[in-house]
Amino acid sequence: MHDLEKLITQATADFAAATELARLEEVKAAYLGKDGSLTALLKGLGKLPAEERKTAGAAINVAKTRVETALAERREALRAAQLEAQLAAEALDVTLPGRGQGRGTLHPVTRTLDRIEQLFRSIGFAVADGPEIETDWHNFTALNTPEKHPARSMHDTFYLLDAAGQVREDILLRTHTSPVQIRSMLAHVEQHKHLDVMPELRVICPGRVYRVDSDATHSPMFHQVEGLWVGANVSFADLKGVVADFLRRFFESDDLKVRFRPSFFPFTEPSAEIDVAFMSGPMEGRWLEIAGCGMVHPNVLRFGGVDPEKYTGFAFGMGPDRLTMLRYGINDLRLFYDGDLRFLSQFQ
Amino acid sequence: MQFPESWLRALVNPPLSTDELCHLLTMAGLEVEENRPASADFSSVVVARVLSVEKHPDADKLKLCKVDTGEHGVLQIVCGAPNVAADMVVPCALVGAKLPGIEIKKAKVRGIESFGMLCSARELGLSDDHGGLLPLPVDAPIGQNIRAYLGLDDNLITLKLTPNRADCLSLVGIAREVAALTGAPLTLPQATPVAASIQDTRAIVLDAPAVCPRYCGRIVRGVNAKAPTPEWMKRRIERCGVRSISALVDVTNYVMLELGQPLHAFDDAELQGAIHVRLPRPGEQLLLLNEQTVTPTADTALIADEARALALAGIMGGEHSGINDATTDLFLECAFFAPEAIAGKARALGFSSDASYRYERGVDFELQRSAIERATQLILDICGGQPGPVVEAAEPAHLPLRAPVRLRMSRAAKVIGIGLAHDQIEKLVAGLGFPYERKADELVVTPPSHRFDIAIEEDLIEEIARLHGYDNIPAPPPTARVEMMPLPEARRTPMQARRLLAERGYHEVVNYSFVEAAWEADFAANAAPIRLANPIASQMGVMRSSLIGGLVGALVGNLKRQAERVRLFELGRCFLPEAAMADGTGHRQPLRIAALAAGPALSEQWGAPTRNADFYDVKGDLEALFAPRNLRFERVNHPALHPGRAATVLLDGVTLGVIGEIHPRWHQKYELTAPAVVFEVDLAALLAAPLPAYREASRFPAVTRDIALVLPQQCAVQELQDALRAAAPAYVREIRLFDVYQGKGIAPESKSLAFRVVMQDTQKTLADDDADTAVAQLLQVATERFGAVLRG
Repeated sequence: MHDLEKLITQATADFAAATELARLEEVKAAYLGKDGSLTALLKGLGKLPAEERKTAGAAINVAKTRVETALAERREALRAAQLEAQLAAEALDVTLPGRGQGRGTLHPVTRTLDRIEQLFRSIGFAVADGPEIETDWHNFTALNTPEKHPARSMHDTFYLLDAAGQVREDILLRTHTSPVQIRSMLAHVEQHKHLDVMPELRVICPGRVYRVDSDATHSPMFHQVEGLWVGANVSFADLKGVVADFLRRFFESDDLKVRFRPSFFPFTEPSAEIDVAFMSGPMEGRWLEIAGCGMVHPNVLRFGGVDPEKYTGFAFGMGPDRLTMLRYGINDLRLFYDGDLRFLSQFQ
Repeated sequence: MQFPESWLRALVNPPLSTDELCHLLTMAGLEVEENRPASADFSSVVVARVLSVEKHPDADKLKLCKVDTGEHGVLQIVCGAPNVAADMVVPCALVGAKLPGIEIKKAKVRGIESFGMLCSARELGLSDDHGGLLPLPVDAPIGQNIRAYLGLDDNLITLKLTPNRADCLSLVGIAREVAALTGAPLTLPQATPVAASIQDTRAIVLDAPAVCPRYCGRIVRGVNAKAPTPEWMKRRIERCGVRSISALVDVTNYVMLELGQPLHAFDDAELQGAIHVRLPRPGEQLLLLNEQTVTPTADTALIADEARALALAGIMGGEHSGINDATTDLFLECAFFAPEAIAGKARALGFSSDASYRYERGVDFELQRSAIERATQLILDICGGQPGPVVEAAEPAHLPLRAPVRLRMSRAAKVIGIGLAHDQIEKLVAGLGFPYERKADELVVTPPSHRFDIAIEEDLIEEIARLHGYDNIPAPPPTARVEMMPLPEARRTPMQARRLLAERGYHEVVNYSFVEAAWEADFAANAAPIRLANPIASQMGVMRSSLIGGLVGALVGNLKRQAERVRLFELGRCFLPEAAMADGTGHRQPLRIAALAAGPALSEQWGAPTRNADFYDVKGDLEALFAPRNLRFERVNHPALHPGRAATVLLDGVTLGVIGEIHPRWHQKYELTAPAVVFEVDLAALLAAPLPAYREASRFPAVTRDIALVLPQQCAVQELQDALRAAAPAYVREIRLFDVYQGKGIAPESKSLAFRVVMQDTQKTLADDDADTAVAQLLQVATERFGAVLRG
C-alpha cells in the first residue's frame, strides 16, 4: 500500500513537472499507458492469491482513479494556461480608432427642411414642388400683385435675357415660394372637379428663391417654405394655432413666445408678421421676425380656381435659413452657400 | 417714416408710456423699427448770457467770463472757445452737470476759479460741431434748462410702414390711427381758408385727367424768401429726418409731414401763362432739381406752362422753375396724382422722392384745398406776402372711387375664427371713423378718401382683426378629418437619397443656381447659357445647366482652405431652355443629384493603405445609390471629363447622366491637386425603387467553378458579362468577376479576368457533368466572340 501512495505522489509530481500538454501525455504513458506502472500493477493482480486479489485490486483502482484525476486536473490547468497565453498574445489596443470612412453630413438647411416636412406631415400636409424659373403671372399677378403694384418693389427680382439679349418680362427667378400656392390650388381643383365638395388642401412647398440682395443677412439665393391650407372652415385662429404650435415644436421649447402682428402682403388678408422671442440664450427676450402669413386673399383663391365664397384658406411663408441660424446659433447666412467643409462637417 | 414723439403727442396724447405707445403701434401693423432718444443724456445745463469777456492773465487762448445764469446767479467761468463774446446767449453746464463723457466740477484753470462750462453742440451730443459755443437766440429765456428749451426730452420713432398704409406717412395719419386704437381725442392743426388779398391767378388745365384729376394752385406775392425758419418748425422737420433748406421749402415739407400732402413751390417769375398737367411731347427733356436731365416716357405726366416743361408731375420739380433766396413771388402747387400713374416712375429713373413715394401709395384726394390753405398760412406767418385766391381744377370722374363695402359680420367672425358679437364688430368699425350703415347682419361701410386699402370685405375683416388685436385671437390646434397620408413604398424620397450619400462620406453643399459662364462652357459645353439680366456679380451671371461646375468650385474653395480629402454632393435644379413646357416657364428644370470625390479614398488612417479615390470608388457609391436597380455604363466624350475615364449612366436604356474623372486639362485652370471624380444624374429616375422580388432559396447544394480568361485590353467587362449571362444555362445562379490582373505572366495589351461561376438547381443536386457543360458553354462564348484564352 505504501508503494501505491508513493506512486500517486510521484505521478502527481511528474504531471506538475510537465509544462506542455505534449509532455504531459508522455508522462501519462509512464503510469497509465500500455506499459505504465499502474497498468503493470493491474496486470500483476492475477499472480496474487485469490483472497488478496480483491483488496489489492480495489486499492490499485483507487490509486488509478486518483492518478487519472490528477492528470485531468493538470491537463485542464495546462489548457487554461495555454488559452490564457493565446489570449494575452492576441490582445488589441482597443483604444485604437476603428477602420473605414466616416460619415458625411446633410446641409444644415436640409436638416431644417426635413424637420419642417416631418412636423407638417404629422398633421396632414403634403409636400409640393414648383419651378424656380417662374412665370411673372404665377409669381406676381396671380398673387394679387399686378404690374406696377408698389409691393413689387418689396421684391428685387432677377430677370433673364432671351437669346437676343433682351430682358424677358414674362419669366423671372421666383422671389418666393408662394407661386406654388397657385400651382397647388389649380392642380387640386382639377383633380377634384368631379366632386361637389373639394377635399381640404394642405400642402407645404419648400424650395430655393432668389432676390437681388447680398450681405451678412441677405443672400441672392435662399430658402423658403410656403404653407397652404384651404377648406370650408379655415380661419385666422387656425393659422395662429398651426404656426405657433409648429414654432414651439421646431425649437423644442414650450416657453417660446410667439406673436402675430398685423402686416401687409398683397396675397393675404388679413396679413400678419410672426415674431418669436426666446426665453434664454443669446437672443433672450428679443423679438425676431420669422415668417409672414395671413388668410389667402380672395383674388388669389380665384386665380387658383377656388371659390372664395365656399372656401377660405391660410398661407404662411417662412425662412428655413433663419430658422436654422437660430436653431444652431449660426451668425452669418453666407456660410450656408460657401461649401466650406469646416462648417458643413459640423452638422453630423 | 421717422418722427418725434412730441409732435405726435401734440396731436393725440393717450395715457401711455413711450414703450407702450410703440407696442401699440407695432401691434396695430405700424411696426416701430426704432425708438431712440432725440439727444444724448445730460443734466444741469441752462440757457445763459455772457455778460463780459476778459483775457485770462496767464493764458493766451483762455478767457475769463462773467455769465448770467438767471436763478443760478452770475458765475465766473474760464472758457477757451474762439467765438465767446459778450451778450452771446449760450448753453452753460453748471457745477455738478453730467455731460456725455464728463462731469463738471468747480475747478481752477491756470490759477483762476471756474464755476461751470460753456458748451459747444458737440459737448452736448447734439451734433459734431465743435467750432465754438452753440449760439442760442438772443431772446432765449436765461436760466431755463436747455433740455426743456430745445425740447431734447423727446424720442425719435421710426415706423416701417407697409405699402398699404400710405395714410400713415404723416403725423396726422398716425395720430388718427392712435386715436382709433385708444379712443384718445385728436387735435388736428388749424386749416382755415386764407382770404385773398390780391386777385392774381394762373389758369390750370388738366390735359391728362387720368394722371391728375385735381390740382390746386395759388400765387403768393411779396414773400421774404430769406426769412429764417422758426426753430420749432426746423426742429420738427429735422427730427423727421428732413434737412432744413429755406423757410419756403421747409413749409412745403412741414405740411407734407404733417398732413401727408406733397406740395411744390414754383418761382412765379419763371412761369408763363397757364399751368398745364400734360403728357410729354416726343423727345421733350427736363432738368430736374437733382441736376438729372430726363426724357420722360410717354406716360409720365409733366407740369408745364405755356412755354416749357416745369416739373415731373408728382415726382420732382425742375431746376429752372424752382424757388431760391431771390424769389419774391411764388406759385404753390397742391395736387392729387393717381397712384397707378406715378407707380414705378421714379424707380425707373433711378431715384426716389418723398412726393413720388407718397403719391404712388396714395395721397388723400380730398386734402388738397385744406393743405394749400395750411401751407399758405404758414408762409404768410413766416415769410409774409399777399396771397391770391386758390384756383382748383378737378375732373371728378377721374378721382378714385370709394364704393361702399359690404361686411357680413357673421363672415368676419368665421374668417377670424372667434365668436365676435355683431355689436362688438360695429363698435370697432365705428371707432375707425368710417361712415357706415347697419343692415341686419351687414355693415355697409364707405371707405374714407385717405384709405387706399379698403375695397373688399376682407379689407374690413382685417381692420376688425387688427383693432380687436391679433393678440386677443386664440390659437387653438385646428381640427380636421384624420386621414392617413401614405408614402408609396416603391418610391424613395429625395431625403433618403441625400442620407445615403451622407452615410457614404459625402457632405451636402448648396451652391448658387447662377454660376460663372466659364463653368457652363468648361463643364457643360454650354456656349449659350441662360443669362441673367441683372446678376449680382459677373461670376453669378448665368443659370447652371449642370451641377458639376458648382461642385468643382466648392472643391477649389476647400483645397484653398487646405482640405485634403473632399467629398461633396448637391441635390438641386438645373435649367435648360425648352419652349414647350406645360408649366409655362419655357425651361426644363430637372432636379439632379451630383457628387464629387477628390483626394484620399479614406481619410488617412493607421489601418488602411493611403490611396486616392478613383473612378471605381465613386461608381460604387453611384451603384449603391440606385441599388437594387442595375445601372449600365457606356464610354462617352464629355467636355468636363477625362475621355478614357468617363461614361454615360443608363437605366433601362434611358440616359440618366454621367460619371467620370475631371479632365486633366482643367487641373491647371482650376488649381486641382488630385484627380476628382464626379457623377451627375437625374433625380426622378432615382426615386423609383421597385419592391423586393422574393425567390425561394434552393435546398440543393451549390457547385462553384472558377475560370480565368485572358482577353484583349479593350474588351469591356459589361459586354462580356452580358454575353456570358445570356449563354449560361438556367441553373447558373451567378457569374461573379472576382479578379482583374495585368502584368507579369500576361501578354501586354491583355488582361486576365477571373470569374466565379456559382451553379445551383432548385430541383436537384447538380452533377459534375452539369457544371462542366455550363463552363464549356461560357468558354465557347468568351473565346469565339471576345477572343478570350483560358488562362493556364
